[in-house]
Amino acid sequence: MSIVNLTMTENRTVPVVFEENVAVKMRSQAVSLFYDKVEALKEVTLPILANRITAIIGPSGCGKSSYLRLFNRMNDLIWNAKVKGQVYLDEEALYDPKIDVVELRKRVGMVFQKPNPFPMSVFDNVAYGPRLHGAKEMGGLSEIVERCLRQAALWEEVKDKLKGSAFALSGGQQQRLCIARVLAVGPEVILLDEPCSALDPASTMRIEDLMQELKVNYTLAIVTHNMQQAGRASDYTAYLLMGELIEFGPTKSLFTYPRDKRTEDYLTGRWG
Amino acid sequence: MVLAAAGWMTVVILVLIMIMLFVEGLPILAVTNPFSFLFTSQWYPVSDPPVFGILSLIIGSLMITATALVIAIPLGIGAAAFLAEIAPPPVREAIKPVIELLSGIPSIVLGFIGFLLLAPAIQRIFNLDSGLNGLTAGILLAFMCLPTIVSISEDALSAVPREYKEASLALGATRWQTIYRVLIPAARPGIVASVMLGMGRAIGETMTVLMVSGGRLAIPSFITDPMSAMTGRIAIEINNAVFGGLQYQALFAIGIVLFLITFAINLVADLVLEKQRRRYA
Repeated sequence: MSIVNLTMTENRTVPVVFEENVAVKMRSQAVSLFYDKVEALKEVTLPILANRITAIIGPSGCGKSSYLRLFNRMNDLIWNAKVKGQVYLDEEALYDPKIDVVELRKRVGMVFQKPNPFPMSVFDNVAYGPRLHGAKEMGGLSEIVERCLRQAALWEEVKDKLKGSAFALSGGQQQRLCIARVLAVGPEVILLDEPCSALDPASTMRIEDLMQELKVNYTLAIVTHNMQQAGRASDYTAYLLMGELIEFGPTKSLFTYPRDKRTEDYLTGRWG
Repeated sequence: MVLAAAGWMTVVILVLIMIMLFVEGLPILAVTNPFSFLFTSQWYPVSDPPVFGILSLIIGSLMITATALVIAIPLGIGAAAFLAEIAPPPVREAIKPVIELLSGIPSIVLGFIGFLLLAPAIQRIFNLDSGLNGLTAGILLAFMCLPTIVSISEDALSAVPREYKEASLALGATRWQTIYRVLIPAARPGIVASVMLGMGRAIGETMTVLMVSGGRLAIPSFITDPMSAMTGRIAIEINNAVFGGLQYQALFAIGIVLFLITFAINLVADLVLEKQRRRYA
């Protein structure tokens, strides 16, 4: 399935170049999210393209984190949250009562804003997911851990302290450890919720580089309030404002020729 | 100034209580050595010569307390995990005060309920001569230390950073896996402390145990045997003991043993709690 006709590309005055023949990995269809009676997201329709990095930007409180959490149903944890509309993973409806949320979260991993390793050793952190899902110590667990740490570009730094506490690592290393922990579950999509907001510029750069490597095998969606980061590190960008999708397009065209006045105001710093 | 005085006052009173305990109790060592006092089970305080061995009382207390903990620990931690992790906030706000209220029930009332309802049931279920035994006492004590265990464990579980829970669930862990693989280990110091405090409460409880434990003075072999606890023995005999006499001193010496046990439990609980405070500070 490819994007042929997004309604948003109509009535434009500037060229918007969408790739052809890119698969849609996930998408939301007119999704609204309510906290009690408060509408945090208003009928957002958006594709997340396979093997691409989609950035979701917007000012604080615009609902971008809430939106990201629809894709692995983390909003289920908020007892008064209600979802209307539908979200799809490979055209499978995620908010269908028959869906197995645990199975879904294995396929759609998440990296959080603050690095949140468990109070365990480096090894046990990465092995947590595989152990849950039945990997045995004898059955190649250490191979899985090494492979994932290598994929997360962390192996060389931690190979001698696998038994040490994860808290002994730096913030940037902890965040890459969290990425390795997600990779160990074998996901198809990785959601990143402001993964660099607690990191210094050098660590941020490493994570951004890592994302470029990961998109070869995975589909990525990143929430960020850092516009430069979205501009540097993403292929597609969606701009959310007060729970509403204002604009979506290839990052280059959205940043150079925003079609909506509100997007332009935000990007030029007149707002937010 | 007034507050400082109040603070020092409690310390002074505590020290005075300790001094009194030791002054009244220690002289018993003139007629019996500590070893035979603690590790023999002949208790004939008014025969001539009197014999003071409290082993059966110590074992009674420990068996009843252990029974209480075997029941209260899984129930308490389970309830705490439910309140902290599963119940929606309105349910938690409703249930937690009720559980804490449970600790306000006077022990005599619980003893009464145990005597009238629980003991006959236990007698029938286990086909015993009497329902007044260690098991009945242990079950009632479990209810007495439950509020402490639930309340403090729930606080400890709620204090575990939310990020751990989210990380675990996002990795495809079930709620149950998250609770026992991440949350309970992270909250372990607080949970241990809650159990210690609950245990202190159970081992020091007098009235309930006295009413339903059966009062037999022999080393019990099964939990369904009638037995006596240290606390209950003091309560029964202190009225008949001659002021300053040997029996009187021996009862105070039992008090010293109890005091040392609860003191040790509280000390351990304090150390563990302090460790938890430092970790999440």
